[in-house]
Amino acid sequence: MTATEARTELHSATDLAVRTRGLTRRFGKQVAVDAVDLEVPRGAVYGFLGPNGSGKTTTIRMLLGLLSADSGEVELLGRPMPHGVPDVLPRVGALIEGPAFHPYLTGAANLRRLDACDRTADPRTSAERIATSLARVGLTAAADKKYRNYSLGMKQRLGLAAALLQPRELLVLDEPTNGLDPQGTREVRHLVRELAADGTTVLVSSHLLAEVEQVATHVGIMSGGALLRQGELHEVLSSEAAVVRVTTPDVALARAAMTGLGLDVQTVGEGLAADLGDVAAEAVASAVVASGARLRGLQVERPHLEELFVSLTGEGFDVLR
Amino acid sequence: MSSVDGAVAVTTFRGAFWRLYASEARLVLGRRRNQALLVVLSGIPVLIGVAIYASRPTRPGEGPPFLGQISGNGLFLVFTALSVCTPLFLPLTVGVVSGDSIAGEAGLGTLRYLLTLPVTRTRLLVAKTLGALTFTLSAVLAVTLTGLVAGGLLFGWHDVTLLSGDTVGIGNGIGRAFLVAAYLVGALSGLVAIGVFVSTMTENAIAAMATTVGLAVLSFVLDSVPQLSAIHPYLLTHHWLGFGELLRQGVDSSALLRWTGLHLAYAAVFLSLAYARLGSKDVTS
Repeated sequence: MTATEARTELHSATDLAVRTRGLTRRFGKQVAVDAVDLEVPRGAVYGFLGPNGSGKTTTIRMLLGLLSADSGEVELLGRPMPHGVPDVLPRVGALIEGPAFHPYLTGAANLRRLDACDRTADPRTSAERIATSLARVGLTAAADKKYRNYSLGMKQRLGLAAALLQPRELLVLDEPTNGLDPQGTREVRHLVRELAADGTTVLVSSHLLAEVEQVATHVGIMSGGALLRQGELHEVLSSEAAVVRVTTPDVALARAAMTGLGLDVQTVGEGLAADLGDVAAEAVASAVVASGARLRGLQVERPHLEELFVSLTGEGFDVLR
Repeated sequence: MSSVDGAVAVTTFRGAFWRLYASEARLVLGRRRNQALLVVLSGIPVLIGVAIYASRPTRPGEGPPFLGQISGNGLFLVFTALSVCTPLFLPLTVGVVSGDSIAGEAGLGTLRYLLTLPVTRTRLLVAKTLGALTFTLSAVLAVTLTGLVAGGLLFGWHDVTLLSGDTVGIGNGIGRAFLVAAYLVGALSGLVAIGVFVSTMTENAIAAMATTVGLAVLSFVLDSVPQLSAIHPYLLTHHWLGFGELLRQGVDSSALLRWTGLHLAYAAVFLSLAYARLGSKDVTS
């Protein structure tokens, strides 16, 4: 191994909490995950998006060593998986495809069970950690209720509490707000921000795009098993066509000026609109002003995540497969 | 490279496996359904004892000989109850608990959370097997102890006349009762292993339980077909009732050890299969 290679390797190992290369998994003839190169930087809140059946959960299961990959590699916190399971997973908290607990045990007893099975958990601090994580998700009052009597939202909260039993470097949260009321959704958002502020890397899969847009620093968009876009949220969004809107009483002058910049101008209500393309918004402003038109307003609109998501994955309501 | 960088020491705690096992045992023994099974098992010696007590011959020498022995000595209630439970009730309860071991967790979805804690698959398999064995021990002891108590209360404990005609003291007799219980736990360990193996094959716990009990029944059926006598000595259940050997004066311990060896061989084979199966299993539940 050359020095350069070694440095690159070290760099990737320390800077990325999750890294996959060409990760592929088939179920029969169907390719569920197709050559996915996932990159989740340390400290990021990574919004993992995609329609139902796009391969998010299959990818997450392979990250955690529950499913084997047909080809490709997975590195979690710098260690190859599934080989690194015993060393890496104690530092990873996970909520995978909804919570699952023993229905005839109470919430607290379920957490005690999980803590007892974890050989990296200190038995002396067990009771304290369980109480803390129950309090953190607002379940203290329901701690001694049987799990089977929990509401969907309470079950989801218990799942989060289980993921937070130990300090984690990475949290993998698959649809963490499923079944939560708006209040609970806010709390989870708050919790994710709080954890991220402590330096925890969070990989959160969701179909609630507005939700992800508010907390994520990075996004990855999957569709049909492939990772279509990935990167910092603002970069991914700004890579898409922005629209400039000009408000002016002198429509004709402004239109001529904008057309002169090579824009395809359309009249929208009281003003004009055009896809910005490579043209800088500042250039549009000075051209309009130079033309003598009275400029009352100029806005640049970038697409929201939802529009980008729909444009990438299609609007259809059908499950892809 | 990554091994250097990723060699963050994971602190594990002493007695961690004991904690895992204790949690498993608590889960198995704390479950209402399993407790109900133990209660039913405990009821069997009581039921037999009361029935014999009610219909005991008023004059010695009347009635069937074996039952006559019970009414003469409470200790025989233990052996009778264990004989009655061995063909059906014990395999049934053992099949329920061992069939549930992995499949139950898979069906609930808790398996994926155990594996991502992580509990390594080997540790999980060992803990699950020991949990099922603990229940098996509890089941056999439930019959043995209630048999001892009920027999003592109904008929009193006396010196025991063995099948070989010799008479031994009551202490010796009770010791033999516990040896019989130990032999049965060993015999049932083969079925426990089969149950755990079947349990790694499915997410449907009921199917795993039914299959396990079904295999025990199948073994009994094959054992009763005379044309198959060549394979009889190798059947899982063929020597289960061999504990009668412990009720003779000169116990043929080499035979008992040979049979126990067969039972443990069954256990080893099916646990190896379970290990291979669980180790490579894709967990999609």
